Amino acid sequence: MNTSAGSTVRVISAPTRKSKRSSTATDALRRRVLTVAAPIGLLLLWEIAIDLGMADRRLVPPPSGIAMTFLDMIMSGELLKHIGTTLFRVGCGYGIAIVPAVTLGLMMAMWKPVRYALDPLIAALFPIPKIALMPLLLLAFGFGEMSKIAVVAIAAFFPILINTYSGAAGIEKIYIDAARNFGATPGIMFRRIVLLGAMPMIFTGLRLALGISLLVVVAAEFVAAEDGVGQLIWISWELLQVDRMFVGVVTMGLLGVLSTLLLQEIEQHVIPWKQR
Amino acid sequence: MPVSQPSAEPHAPSPPNGRQGAKVEIRELYKAFDSKGGRFVALDRVDLSIAAGEFLCIVGPSGCGKSTLIRILAGLETPDAGTAAIDSTGWPVENAMVFQEASLFPWMSVFDNVAFGLRNRGVRAGDCAQRVGEALQLVGLSKFHKHYPHQLSGGMKQRAAIARAFVTNPALLLMDEPFAALDAQNRAILQEELVRLWETSRKTVVYVTHSLEEALMLGDRTIIMTAQPGRIKEEIHIPFPRPRKEMEQS
Repeated sequence: MNTSAGSTVRVISAPTRKSKRSSTATDALRRRVLTVAAPIGLLLLWEIAIDLGMADRRLVPPPSGIAMTFLDMIMSGELLKHIGTTLFRVGCGYGIAIVPAVTLGLMMAMWKPVRYALDPLIAALFPIPKIALMPLLLLAFGFGEMSKIAVVAIAAFFPILINTYSGAAGIEKIYIDAARNFGATPGIMFRRIVLLGAMPMIFTGLRLALGISLLVVVAAEFVAAEDGVGQLIWISWELLQVDRMFVGVVTMGLLGVLSTLLLQEIEQHVIPWKQR
Repeated sequence: MPVSQPSAEPHAPSPPNGRQGAKVEIRELYKAFDSKGGRFVALDRVDLSIAAGEFLCIVGPSGCGKSTLIRILAGLETPDAGTAAIDSTGWPVENAMVFQEASLFPWMSVFDNVAFGLRNRGVRAGDCAQRVGEALQLVGLSKFHKHYPHQLSGGMKQRAAIARAFVTNPALLLMDEPFAALDAQNRAILQEELVRLWETSRKTVVYVTHSLEEALMLGDRTIIMTAQPGRIKEEIHIPFPRPRKEMEQS
């Protein structure tokens, strides 16, 4: 009837099944190939570049050389001893920090006087790079294990405290109201509402603190230790044993990845309600 | 004068053990909040008597103080002046509240959420498990006791919230727009179930809503409030016999 305007019709239909399936399959394959191929390719390029003499072997060892040194040092037990020492320092310091940091963070969220008293202290102490305290801690604790454990503990303390506090303070009021209406005592409120409600943020703090702990322990071992992975890296630099230096760096990377994975595993058991 | 139950109620069962819910006497209740725009009077000398076992609805626009009133009864706010006397003689727990939105603790399973009020009051684990089981059965959530709130639909969450309130056996059930966030179909189903639960337990219910239709559907009596200052404007006795059916929407 309306011939002058013509008609504008757009038909929307599903893409054909075949093209859809093949495109998602190609995508998955491409992703898998690239995630594996990229790092291996990089290592290969590195190896070839050294073989072609594009860099000095003494300054930049090939990946194969680092791997060989790595295996040698594991077999001799030397590397495991360094790892054990470093993990002991991180574990003690980090472990010492957790309970007071979480407790104070929850108390700050629940009771205003605690918050008023601690806020200025935290504001003053948090921005100090904790490794700057190392000389002070050496004065206080001497050259033994305590100084290294203390610097890790102080460094881990603040991110856990601050994240716990903001997690607990951010709990929605309706949960506090509901808990009060259903007869929660202050103890119940602390353990079953504020602590559990803050748990996702507590784990954010634990993750941050873990990274910082590893950073700080290496820095402390550079200057004030006779063993540990940090000391291995530092001594290797001083003696120009570049292979061993790279082994130390790779080891710290592995420790970081593995400890983060362990923490994730723990988090999944402690926070089963978290939506993933 | 407290209002007695309409006598022409063939469906109302006699209350178990002769019990009736809480009696509430509210006298000259006053509450104001200071805000940027000045003083906001949420409740302006409100007088209200609620009879034992009554289903009272409070309707009004937002800001009329109906939530403040129910929160004072729940013990979550204190009045600036006046009194609210709640007589819950013979009941284990005075009041329990069903909140507006999802108020289930996300970090507890449905079972632990419902058991929360019982454990806080020192109920032994065995009794606790039995009572929670019964409460979940009443609201049709038996199969979901291990689920976490985020795994439930909106309607199921509010069922669990009702179970959490009922399980403590309160004399006074306080409900603050509990079904406002639900779709019409779910709301109608839960309204019906709520009335069924109330009829078998004969608790006193104070039910806040902004929908007059919902109030007429549920209540024995409806109080209509006005905002700024929050006052009771009108009181409607609802003569419709129970069970009531919502009128067909045209």
